[in-house]
Amino acid sequence: MNNKLLLGDEAIAQAALDAGLSGMFAYPGTPSTEIMEYIQASEQAAIRKVHRTWSANEKTAMEMALGMSYSGKRAMVAMKHVGLNVAADAFINSALTGVNGGLVVVSADDPSMHSSQNEQDSRFYAKFASVPCFEPSNQQEAYNMVFDAFEISEKYRLPVLYRITTRLAHSRAATQLRLPMEEKQLQLPQDPLQFVLLPVIARKKYRTLLETSETLRYENRLGKYNVFRDGKNREMGIIACGIAYNYLIENLKDRDDNFPILKITTYPVSTDTVKDITDRCHSVLVLEEGAPMIEESLRGVLDEGIRVYGRLDGTVPHDGELNPSIVAKSLGIGTPRGKHVSPLVKNRPPSFCKGCGHADMFNALNEAIGTYPDGRVFSDIGCYTLGALPPYNSIISCVDMGASVTMAVGAAEAGLFPSVCVIGDSTFTHSGMTGLLDAVIRNSPVTVIISDNSTTGMTGGQDSHATGRLREICKGIGVDAEHIREIVPLQKNHEDNVRIMQEEIRYNGVSVIIAARECIQTAAKRKKQSSNLA
Amino acid sequence: MKSDIIISGVGGQGILSIAGITGLAALANNMYLKQSEVHGMSQRGGDVQSHFRLSDKPIASDLIPFGKADLIISIEPMEALRYLPWLSNSGWVVTNSVPVINIPNYPEVDRIIGEIKKVKNSIILDADTVAREAGSVKAGNVVILGAASPHIDIPFSDMEQAVETFFKKKGNDIVALNLKALRAGRKLSQNLK
Ligand SMILES: Cc1ncc(C[n+]2csc(CCOP(=O)(O)OP(=O)(O)O)c2C)c(N)n1
Repeated sequence: MNNKLLLGDEAIAQAALDAGLSGMFAYPGTPSTEIMEYIQASEQAAIRKVHRTWSANEKTAMEMALGMSYSGKRAMVAMKHVGLNVAADAFINSALTGVNGGLVVVSADDPSMHSSQNEQDSRFYAKFASVPCFEPSNQQEAYNMVFDAFEISEKYRLPVLYRITTRLAHSRAATQLRLPMEEKQLQLPQDPLQFVLLPVIARKKYRTLLETSETLRYENRLGKYNVFRDGKNREMGIIACGIAYNYLIENLKDRDDNFPILKITTYPVSTDTVKDITDRCHSVLVLEEGAPMIEESLRGVLDEGIRVYGRLDGTVPHDGELNPSIVAKSLGIGTPRGKHVSPLVKNRPPSFCKGCGHADMFNALNEAIGTYPDGRVFSDIGCYTLGALPPYNSIISCVDMGASVTMAVGAAEAGLFPSVCVIGDSTFTHSGMTGLLDAVIRNSPVTVIISDNSTTGMTGGQDSHATGRLREICKGIGVDAEHIREIVPLQKNHEDNVRIMQEEIRYNGVSVIIAARECIQTAAKRKKQSSNLA
Repeated sequence: MKSDIIISGVGGQGILSIAGITGLAALANNMYLKQSEVHGMSQRGGDVQSHFRLSDKPIASDLIPFGKADLIISIEPMEALRYLPWLSNSGWVVTNSVPVINIPNYPEVDRIIGEIKKVKNSIILDADTVAREAGSVKAGNVVILGAASPHIDIPFSDMEQAVETFFKKKGNDIVALNLKALRAGRKLSQNLK
């Protein structure tokens, strides 16, 4: 048998390939990025010509995957959890249209926000959309479940949500692979109105969806992953979801507490499944990575049933990632702790790389806007968000991809002057362009600085859709060509750059300054690659 | 048998290579292994760590519980201290003595070393110098791995084989250099004992 050492992300990607995937659609985002990167590097994918180009954003990724599914082929979408907010319109509605070829949507959550703005729990999206959800607990399950996810998707003609969290995404273990399946043939749906969500059709489809989601509770391909293990203890049973199960077993493996244990790794969960625990035990401890979703539904609003321990009563912290030591504590098991961390140990906050153009851009901007005490710089998500920290202290926002442009417009309309924004090139093509169109239509007095490093830097240097196209895009959107300025953010150009920024800040309309200098990391990588080839 | 190892350092120092090499050696020994890595935001110049677990039995958690690590392998001295809450009372610290000073408030190196010496079992070595002698300062991570190898339950010959496999793509010179680094590290730590 073929045994491979794979990250959780890679196990999912490999499984998709082995399940006959035709297209992988994604926008980078930690901790999901390695799914697409694995497929892009895979020889198997190259030979089979699996589509594997990055998308402009998560919504376009989701829609392209839906189109591939329409045509009868298997497609996968991958994104970080907040990406699903961007793709949500397409995702929720795809539950109503249903799918044709299997469609699996991977959403990678980041509890404790290692590299994210929030720690939202994607399982709620599955519930919201009334679609099945898988939550593998280890790399082998992450691999195996993909096959069932595609089967279920095709059997019920529904998109399937595949939820993972940071630890599984970025942890390696040996994974047994299956023989690869053939790709599906082009086969169009029989019903020409299947994907037409006119109200009269959508109403019918919604009723069907509600019925299907009830049936799903008793689907064995889902149910077989929710495993009950009885124990003699009647005081307390334990429900552990996804990766939380591993932390539980880590703690119980050398003990004989005899707790009845229900492992949940698929949703929706049937009443019978949960009753295995609640009929036997006086109380139940719920361990889940992310929000207390199962816990809340067990308690209900009245919370008068069986005694429930979990995140809501403080047995487990309400926020943050779980780990074996937290789970030990929730079980009342004492854990040894090594020495305390010496006060000598200092943090190493992230900072701009030596030779980063963003830094020189902020130096110029700070000087250009320094003469206006009320001037504010809205910003976005990317390496340049480090401009919020000392010594720059340049920016005052980082909310969601693209928000810098539109927040600057709103603030300008409230009377703020100067209202400036800084956005990265990849973020701009992800969600900044539509906001710029708003600015143009309203002729807002805003200065948009696109800090263009020719890559998607924050997530490790993926290709950026913006590279080489920014001037044309801005012109096409309707920005006056005279107010699209290009600068190179280098120390030696500092004076000129400050002057250009000041000119555009003074201009009473929309101006764009493209500050272009290649990311030092990707430049180094490129040089290394070309010297290897030479 | 089990080895729970925290590998630590500063982004770019090559902790994932240490994990990769040890992983290959473990697989060759038919051992179970789980290795949790840090990707994303904290990479560049930040502190990075990997939880690396080896066992002859299936491993449940990807993360090592507090107080249970058998070994901390660190390519940077202050980073070795950061993970002491994970180290068991009988655990070992094997660390480079050469600091990466990329913050203004980096403490005095002597005080850091003094603090590491307070741990019951520690090996502190100048891996950069040893690596330079072996041919390149870049192999410092492999020197440290060699120094830690007596405390990992894997035959040394399998470690050597893993180094070969791991660097094969980069050519024979790189393989030879890293083997030299691995052996030098091992010898040094055996002499220190
Ligand atoms: C909706 C959403 N998708 C993806 C991400 C992950 N993410 C954060 S920053 C970033 C890259 C930004 O690239 P760019 O704008 O070019 O800036 P750079 O990091 O290169 O400076 C990505 C993909 C996110 N935070 N939100």
